[in-house]
Amino acid sequence: MPKVTIDNYEIEVPEGTTILQAARMIGGDIVPPAMCFYTPLETSGGYCRTCLVKVSQGSAKDPRPMPKPVASCRTTVMDGMVVQNTTSPEILEARKGVVEFLLLNHPLDCPICDQAGECDLQDLSYNHGVQNMRTQFVRRTFKKIDIGSKIKLHMTRCILCYRCVKVADQLTDKRVHGVLYRGDVSEISTYISNVIENDFSGNVIDVCPVGALTDKTFRFQSRVWFTKPMDAHRDCSKCCGKVALWMKGDEILRVTARKDQWGEVEEWICNDCRFENKNKDNWVIEGPRHIKRHSVISQNHYENIDLQRLKMDVTRQIKFQGGKDINEHSSRAQFEEKSKKALESAKR
Amino acid sequence: MLTNRSKVVVNKKMSFWERIYLPAIAGGLLITIKHFFRKKTTIDYPKEVREYSQIYRGQHVLKVDENGAERCVACGLCAVACPAEAISMTAAERAPGEENKYREEKYAAIYEINMLRCIYCGLCEDACPKEAIFLTDILVPVSATRDDMIYGKDKLTEKHFNEVPIKKRQTEEVAAFKAETKNKDLRHNVLGKSDSF
Repeated sequence: MPKVTIDNYEIEVPEGTTILQAARMIGGDIVPPAMCFYTPLETSGGYCRTCLVKVSQGSAKDPRPMPKPVASCRTTVMDGMVVQNTTSPEILEARKGVVEFLLLNHPLDCPICDQAGECDLQDLSYNHGVQNMRTQFVRRTFKKIDIGSKIKLHMTRCILCYRCVKVADQLTDKRVHGVLYRGDVSEISTYISNVIENDFSGNVIDVCPVGALTDKTFRFQSRVWFTKPMDAHRDCSKCCGKVALWMKGDEILRVTARKDQWGEVEEWICNDCRFENKNKDNWVIEGPRHIKRHSVISQNHYENIDLQRLKMDVTRQIKFQGGKDINEHSSRAQFEEKSKKALESAKR
Repeated sequence: MLTNRSKVVVNKKMSFWERIYLPAIAGGLLITIKHFFRKKTTIDYPKEVREYSQIYRGQHVLKVDENGAERCVACGLCAVACPAEAISMTAAERAPGEENKYREEKYAAIYEINMLRCIYCGLCEDACPKEAIFLTDILVPVSATRDDMIYGKDKLTEKHFNEVPIKKRQTEEVAAFKAETKNKDLRHNVLGKSDSF
């Protein structure tokens, strides 16, 4: 099994693992962001370039560095490979450039976009981007299209990640939409306004990293951070029936598939579950969904803490601190020390 | 013990002078009489009105743009910024032909501020990406019922104001900043440059 070092963390991974997947196995801040790569979809990745990393040592046999930054989602690891992501200033600079390119034609209409608050591009540009725009050109614009009665396509917002095309390709029996034209004017579309009609077409909404494909039944209903995400399931003859419900009071505003920590769908759901079952009685509600603390959706969101999971998270974090004492120099540790001393003096 | 200022209670036996209380009463009266000759701290409101602070924040206004279209797009950032959770809204999609009524494709069909909950901190104004909500110099009048204190769009939209007094808070620095940035690239709020509608 090849051993790879990513940002000074060493890990042994199975043959054929990509750098991105290896980084995800380590977890934490060193994972490169990915806008187009999607584990459940074959041949995805390689379009958006946000996952660029520097390979400063190709392998144990051939330790020369790779000449250019490589897309970590498409590059498999070699034994003895040394990869730099956040530790390389060049990469951070390159990623900044990539974000600027992605935002070149993005309308930044977040205040009216239904994806705002759970948008990958929003997170990416906040974390890696720059605030100012240098371009003076008018952004490309498209007309909004209804793909069927349930999906709305805002091509203006699209970053051409090809995820939805791969969903249509791999998940459904008939491919009805793809990318038309080339370069600046290329667009995701159905040829001559065809309607996408199959049981799993709704999944293109979930895979879209921006607000280009949105749920028409949820359109302008509520901002995501005002809804309560709940895990729920139902008996469905077409799919697994395990979904996340986005509720406001007793009302189900939206149904989506459950996404894991990398924003990838755990199991695909069918259109019946997604669009047709907005009645609370149709679902068995399991409880509040886990939402990352830094997400805006986590405000006013309460969930049961899984103590075992918390303990695992903490142990993992400590393990990958690389021998550093996490309590050292942290203000939290200082505070705890102070309070400990105060307690002792109070006891006396 | 949070501070060192709290006094420790001692059940000491009182002396004779302490027990008759008269010196303590006289001392108290002395303080009262002293205040008769001091300058009054109260004023005869509403005949007399105190000068407001330069940064006084009063009732909100929902601004319209230069064509009279509502600027608010119901993005919910004011509501999420509000520490008192006073703001609630319902969004709706603009129908064709309503372009002169609403500035963008989404607008607030219902926009309510509970003036009883509002603490007039102005965070909504800071959060607004569309320069739609501002706090004015207007004092919010009291009301006999709670329902009256929930201000909807009928009370908040700029159309319902004769004038919007926000001059006091516009200091020279703010005016200078506005003049300076007038031609600068603050394009996030320029309509039509970035979207397809």
